[in-house]
Amino acid sequence: MIASNSVLGIIFANMHDSTVSDLTKQRTMGSVLFGGRYRMIDFPLSNMVNSGIHEVGVITKANYQSLLDHVGSGREWDLSGKKGGLHLLPPFGHVGSGIYRGRIEALDGAWNFIEHSQAEYVLLSDCDTVTTIDYRPAIESHIESNADITAIYSKGFYNSAKNQSATVFGMDETGRVNDVMINPQMIGECNIGLNMFIMSKPFLKKIVKEAMSRSLYSFRRNILQGKKDEFKIMGYEHTGYYSKIDSLNSYYESNMALLDTEIRKKLFKQSAPIYTKVRDNGPVKYGLESKINNSLIADGCIIEGTVENCVLFRGVKVGKNTVVKNCILMQNTIVEDDCNLNYVITDKNVQVGKGRVITGSETYPLFIGKNATI
Amino acid sequence: MYIKKDCVAMLLAGGQGSRLYALTENMAKPAVPYGGKYRIIDFALSNCANSGIDTVGVLTQYQPLVLHDYIGSGQPWDLDKLHGGVHVLPPYQTALGASWYEGTANAIYQNMSFIERYDPEYVLILGGDHIYKMDYSKMVDFHKKKKADCTIAVQNVTLEEATRLGIMTCDEDNKVVEFTEKPKEPKSTLASMGIYVFTWSKLKKYLIENENANTGSKDFGKDIIPNMLADGQMLYAYAFDGYWKDVGTLDSLWEANMDLINPNVPLDLYDPEWKIYSRNKNMPPQYVGKNAIVENSMISEGSYIDGTVDFSVIFSGVTIEEGAVVKDSIVMPGSVVKSGAIVEYAIIGENSLVCSNSKVGIRPELVENKDEWGIAVIGHNVTISEGTKILPKQIISQSV
Repeated sequence: MIASNSVLGIIFANMHDSTVSDLTKQRTMGSVLFGGRYRMIDFPLSNMVNSGIHEVGVITKANYQSLLDHVGSGREWDLSGKKGGLHLLPPFGHVGSGIYRGRIEALDGAWNFIEHSQAEYVLLSDCDTVTTIDYRPAIESHIESNADITAIYSKGFYNSAKNQSATVFGMDETGRVNDVMINPQMIGECNIGLNMFIMSKPFLKKIVKEAMSRSLYSFRRNILQGKKDEFKIMGYEHTGYYSKIDSLNSYYESNMALLDTEIRKKLFKQSAPIYTKVRDNGPVKYGLESKINNSLIADGCIIEGTVENCVLFRGVKVGKNTVVKNCILMQNTIVEDDCNLNYVITDKNVQVGKGRVITGSETYPLFIGKNATI
Repeated sequence: MYIKKDCVAMLLAGGQGSRLYALTENMAKPAVPYGGKYRIIDFALSNCANSGIDTVGVLTQYQPLVLHDYIGSGQPWDLDKLHGGVHVLPPYQTALGASWYEGTANAIYQNMSFIERYDPEYVLILGGDHIYKMDYSKMVDFHKKKKADCTIAVQNVTLEEATRLGIMTCDEDNKVVEFTEKPKEPKSTLASMGIYVFTWSKLKKYLIENENANTGSKDFGKDIIPNMLADGQMLYAYAFDGYWKDVGTLDSLWEANMDLINPNVPLDLYDPEWKIYSRNKNMPPQYVGKNAIVENSMISEGSYIDGTVDFSVIFSGVTIEEGAVVKDSIVMPGSVVKSGAIVEYAIIGENSLVCSNSKVGIRPELVENKDEWGIAVIGHNVTISEGTKILPKQIISQSV
């Protein structure tokens, strides 16, 4: 057992923004909407809190208005207490332009905050992975193995044609990382990095300061790849369900995966809930002629038409005689009467007028940007 | 130091709700689930928050655990305030001894020191057993404008209903000239809603007098209002014509839930300007499966629906398995209806289990003698074993 105040969580909210540029046009990766009522940052935040980590810093650099609005004081994640709590870390003036060029520079910019923490260990996480993970055994394994860095990975299928911004690890029989590949040209079962790392605070300080003095900013390239022989980097396998968002397609598939009851059971555990901002919507209201099949529907929706194989976020309205199939409709999307939508992703507050027909395809779902009226 | 408040609300939430039987065995009536994701008390608390009344005393007595737990710091209703906020006020012991709340007026009398801390001009008295959306600030404004000593919210009811309620007779200026509890021959159809605004200095005087007179009832309707009227105090009726529903009986609780799926009933839970707040359970969105038939219903988060749901209100975390049928019914949080079970015209309490091929309730058209028909009720944490038949009007509080 390690004391809960001995681990500091650091979440990078903007990493991987570019992989889903449609969704991050007006927000960070951390505030991308997911699964009917969540934002991507809810997963690392809830996982940390459920693992007994009560001090979390969220590093962000741009487009962070929606992120600030979402996390607020951190109360919804029980992170507004007197000890620890949630700290938002936007760019800090003294580091050059203020916009960081990698995890290292971001950590350097936030170092005052990290320095002040009483924590012995630091857990880094990005916001691109949907998973439920208990970090405690990973931290214990880090301590037991005397590792310099513990990198959390999952065994999964990797395809360089589809996956972007992936880190693939090779390990020896003791679990020590001896190969680090970034976006390798290959297809098959791999040890895929989940962009979650555990280090002691003094070690993290050492590598951040050293790398900064040499103008090296990339944690993956300059530390994991560059120093894999010098440092003891251990892999820790996470065996639970995970999905990585690294393209609009994977975003679509990851949402649709939630229609699988077994996957939902693995992700939404009673013992480790995923917390999010509460919106106080009413329950879902189904009309006289509604037909619903295989769909995930969040509170506040009013459905009068047909919904099949869809993920509907909070406050979506589907009108009479409207058929919505294979779609992801984000918060407050309104589809009026007599419409037909197939393979469409709508961002927040999209309005689809009466009688419209919009069709994407399974391999290329059509994306409609925030606040659009059609 | 307490900051002076214009108006303090006192919410009477100690009622046993004995006519809700199985549903109030382990919880006070205001804690009974309603409307898919709420508890009854959410309406009064949300109305306070939305009306700008930020100091609320909640008087509890009967089975308070669930209720206390639910109210907590008051944060879900924005009532965790630096000054004021929600305060749970159970009966307490004093140097002179301990006593339960003996009546509605006595409950307020025993908590006069709580009210005095805020030195309010007005006190709003509320019940915790009605479903309605009401802007109390308008009623307080009315009270001020009329320079009233007491303002009573009233609603127009039918003559038949009037015989069961406290009825006001008013002059053309809405001034109350007569008040009768449950009149046999009502002179008017203006019924008291149990919502009062008092000028605090006046109420205080009458509470003390009533306490000393020791009438035995110590009740607003039986003592305070008649006494004030007899003394020629200024009592006014404030007419409220919005949706207002008592949920004091199993039938009315069922009806009030069904009202939510009736498009002709003006109770809007989706108005962003007047949200009804509730404590959130952090559940994922509901899943409606491949075998589901869902129509004309209200369903809350965390539920798994793969059966047939029609004209029903399904609360959070409920499972309706493939092949199960739920019609014209209410299924409260966490309950499970197994495959092949049929639930019709019924209320299923929290965390109960209706096993396969059992049958709870029946459609009224299938009963010859209409007197034998009524809602079937399953309490909380009850298991209805496989193949069991629960008749209409039956109330089940133990597993069968």
